[in-house]
Amino acid sequence: MHPAISVICFTLLSGAGYGLLSLLCMDSSVGIGLELSAPRRNSLVLVSLVLVTVGLLCSTFHLANPKNAWRAFFRFRTSWLSREGVFAVLLYPVVLMWLFVVWGDDPAATGVPGRLLALLTLLLSMATLFSTGMIYACLKTIRQWNTALTPANYLLLGLMLGALILLVVSSAGSIGKIAPGLIVIAGSAKAIYFYWIGQPAGPTINSALGFTRATVRLLDVGHGTGNFLTDEFGYQVAQAKLMWLRVICLLCAFVLPLLLLSIAGTDSLPVNIVALVVAFGGVFVERWLFFAEARHVVNLYHGAQST
Amino acid sequence: MKLGLVIDLDTCVGCHACAVACKQWNASGTSGPLTDYDPYGGEPSGVWFNRIRNYEVDTYPNNKTINTPMSCMHCEDAACVTVCPTGASYKREEDGIVLVDQDKCMGCNYCAWACPYGARELDRESGTMKKCTLCVDRIYDEELPEAERQPACVLTCPTHARFFGDFDDPDSAVSTMVRERGGYAMMPEVGYQPTNKYLPPRTKPVVETHAEKPPQSNAGGTEKPLSQIQRWIAQQLARQS
Repeated sequence: MHPAISVICFTLLSGAGYGLLSLLCMDSSVGIGLELSAPRRNSLVLVSLVLVTVGLLCSTFHLANPKNAWRAFFRFRTSWLSREGVFAVLLYPVVLMWLFVVWGDDPAATGVPGRLLALLTLLLSMATLFSTGMIYACLKTIRQWNTALTPANYLLLGLMLGALILLVVSSAGSIGKIAPGLIVIAGSAKAIYFYWIGQPAGPTINSALGFTRATVRLLDVGHGTGNFLTDEFGYQVAQAKLMWLRVICLLCAFVLPLLLLSIAGTDSLPVNIVALVVAFGGVFVERWLFFAEARHVVNLYHGAQST
Repeated sequence: MKLGLVIDLDTCVGCHACAVACKQWNASGTSGPLTDYDPYGGEPSGVWFNRIRNYEVDTYPNNKTINTPMSCMHCEDAACVTVCPTGASYKREEDGIVLVDQDKCMGCNYCAWACPYGARELDRESGTMKKCTLCVDRIYDEELPEAERQPACVLTCPTHARFFGDFDDPDSAVSTMVRERGGYAMMPEVGYQPTNKYLPPRTKPVVETHAEKPPQSNAGGTEKPLSQIQRWIAQQLARQS
């Protein structure tokens, strides 16, 4: 699949924003021991909203006809893309109401209405992240995406980046344990994903054409130059380059941040900043690979496989 | 009604006439225009509803060229409609034709991702998704003579490899053909239940071919002594270099 920069930026920035917001809401609703002061909590919520909004604006650059984007909210019952849009828009009034109610209160001393609103914000931000993952996971045409690991990766990487942002702003409380823990879980899920997509499966050129008792090979694709199908689905990178990028992705997104945090401890601001920047770079490569490694079945008709 | 096409892979010669007739009719049809990019330049490209690819099945001397015209299969379980966030993509209840409302489409490409047959193509000019309409603006047009109320691709096919009809009617020409010739759907394992069916090539008597003579063997010890020496020298020289 063609890795569109607009979609990569959207999932990266919004993912980090929803992850950060989810952690803040967890702290304010059930309490996970972040020990944030009220002004810090408020500014972090605003930071997460900026990330989410910039990400959502990036996503509109992927539309060829954005003047009809408002219509995307009306197929909630069937389309994950529509669900994502609805959850993303519903989040704004709820999170603003929550901020209004708890503005001066410390997270630890929030009243019941504040806690309920935080819980609702948590549910909505997790639902949005999950829907983003399901947009890809529900496609039977792309084997590398059609797995429960896809939404799991989107949720875990969002939470991980959110935790690393939190660590830069405040390293007090439990975040020093939560952040490395999330890095380990998200890294393990990604490693499982890389292993899983290596297994051969899915339709073949034989089933695609219905000739299942003989070899089939492409003679001619029927078009002289590229077209929409080859531009969108034919994107391919050399296998050696993909392997290098996988190594870079795993190193930058998970191994290096974890090493930095475990060697230097979680109290050092410069180290935390470096860990965040390296992890963001790693997850950017991860998102790029997510698209570049996905092979749409229509490529079978264009000679992606011969028997 | 369940309208769709039957394509006979036995008689299709891969001439692309169906694709050209489709383009001609639909360029000014309900979801037209079908934009061309750089039509007279070095790399002409554009939007098509129908694409024909050629394959070789099996190996010599049993090989056969198969030409596969592919357009929208008007699937019964059309995922392109399910995933569409705007409701621009829809499947008509009365005849099962899958269409895109050009006034509602926001050009997100999601339906094209969901389609395993490459039936949907984004028009960069209009920013909307274009696809086969089964010539919905022809087949119901009462201004046309009844024999011409068929998709343009079916009417134009010079080898009569394309047929249009109602698959819900068990006695229709298309249903009968599929039943008698073992018509099948492409890539059924994705589970979209495509309406369009393909008829496999007929079994024909094997044409005699002149097989190549096998290379003469030297294993029997009939080799002349002189050529043995020659071979030994050649081996020694090959080892030196």
